[in-house]
Amino acid sequence: MTRDAIKDLILEIIEDIDEDADFDTLESDKPLRDQLDLDSMDFLDIVMELRKRHKLQIPEEDYPELATLDSCVNYLDPLLKDA
Amino acid sequence: MPIKDHRIVITGVGLAAPNADNLKTYREKLLAGKSEITEVDLRYFGKAPAGICTFDETRYRKKKENKRGTRAGCLGVYCANEALVDAGLTVDHYGKSRIGVYVGLTEHGTVETENEVYNISQYDYNVDYWTHHHNPRTVLNNPAGEITMNLGITGPHYSIGAACAAGNASLIQGVQMMRLGEVDMALAGGISESTGSFGIFASFQAQGALGSAEDPRNACRPFDNSRDGIVVSEGACIYVLETLESALERGATIYAEIVGYAMNSDARDYVLPYHKRQTECMELALERAGMQPEDIDILNTHATGTKQGDIEECKAIRALFKNTKNTYINNTKSIIGHAMGAAGVLELAGNLPAFTDNLVHPTINVTDLDPECELDNLVTGDAVQLDAVNTILNNSFGMVGINSVIIVKKHQQTG
Repeated sequence: MTRDAIKDLILEIIEDIDEDADFDTLESDKPLRDQLDLDSMDFLDIVMELRKRHKLQIPEEDYPELATLDSCVNYLDPLLKDA
Repeated sequence: MPIKDHRIVITGVGLAAPNADNLKTYREKLLAGKSEITEVDLRYFGKAPAGICTFDETRYRKKKENKRGTRAGCLGVYCANEALVDAGLTVDHYGKSRIGVYVGLTEHGTVETENEVYNISQYDYNVDYWTHHHNPRTVLNNPAGEITMNLGITGPHYSIGAACAAGNASLIQGVQMMRLGEVDMALAGGISESTGSFGIFASFQAQGALGSAEDPRNACRPFDNSRDGIVVSEGACIYVLETLESALERGATIYAEIVGYAMNSDARDYVLPYHKRQTECMELALERAGMQPEDIDILNTHATGTKQGDIEECKAIRALFKNTKNTYINNTKSIIGHAMGAAGVLELAGNLPAFTDNLVHPTINVTDLDPECELDNLVTGDAVQLDAVNTILNNSFGMVGINSVIIVKKHQQTG
């Protein structure tokens, strides 16, 4: 999966959680939580969706890696390279 | 703690019924005997008649919140907001910490648990795929809690589990908490999301107590010889309760005063109701209201359309009302099905406008009255116009032997 595809995957999952999410002004290096209506339960939804869609088991200590769109892509890139 | 002898009144009604999303439309359809019971197709179970509510689910909260929460929460948030709008109130009027939210539930968590078991079945029953939303969705205070989160209410909230007497039980709880001075205003009522559970349908079917008919609108037939069981409906109804004093002070429209109530237990059987305890429950409510049976203008029955249940309630009613010429009897479930935890309050709501229009809405689907269900002044087919309606008695009974009765009285505006 390319980095762009990973980015699209994350945005698609967030859109499933909140279809009113506005990505137009989203800055990829800033925390998603500060820019979108997301809380800790929503981040668990992202983790669950990655598990369901790509059988990824993300350990709890790695959850901070999902803070920004850029950090998501950086973290998931090696894990999804063969996806 | 002082117990104040406050008179408690209903000043707002918010509802979602299988044929309406507001009291005006609901009343019109009840008077016309217009059922909108439809057919659902449930996982594992298949097709069955059921009452499904159509309402503006995103009027008071975002789709995201509806997705995270429960169907019961969604119904509750809609009805609580509608009740406040109807009452002309905001949560700031009494203060957010002075409002209590009391929600009656027949069951809760069944739908969510069934859904999650199905979900993990898609992943070879690996519990790693079990949702983190399960616990907040299935705690029994969930629907009441979702209402407080939506409205920012910081007073007490909880659910009352009282089988199909739960709506009335929560209304009673609201009255009691206001009299105790625990809160200054209550949002009290009942909610049911039971149509989402195949298990509830399957269990009624296993008991031989699931209503059926070629046309689903004819499936719920209380008192009719051909009745064959319950029609499961979703629904919700939340009332705004205020003290009479506060309601008058702010010039509120008063639907009714809650003047009597009672609850008791059969202490006898898991599912079969018992007429003697039902009679005692009505007697106690009348006594507390300072009334005699002949003082009741409309008696709204609980009857669900099961063979034994309807007969037991008719026996209970006859024991008290056999000599009252002016008490008219009807049944709302024949039109909307059995909204379980919401049944009592939703059925009472459908009769409250009788204080204004003096009409008794009909019981439908009675074409061959069971002689064991014969009652004087049983209103079937068409609505009946009375000279005046000043009192309503509402029965609501439930499994494991729980009975509830509420008596409301028209508020006579003075001055």
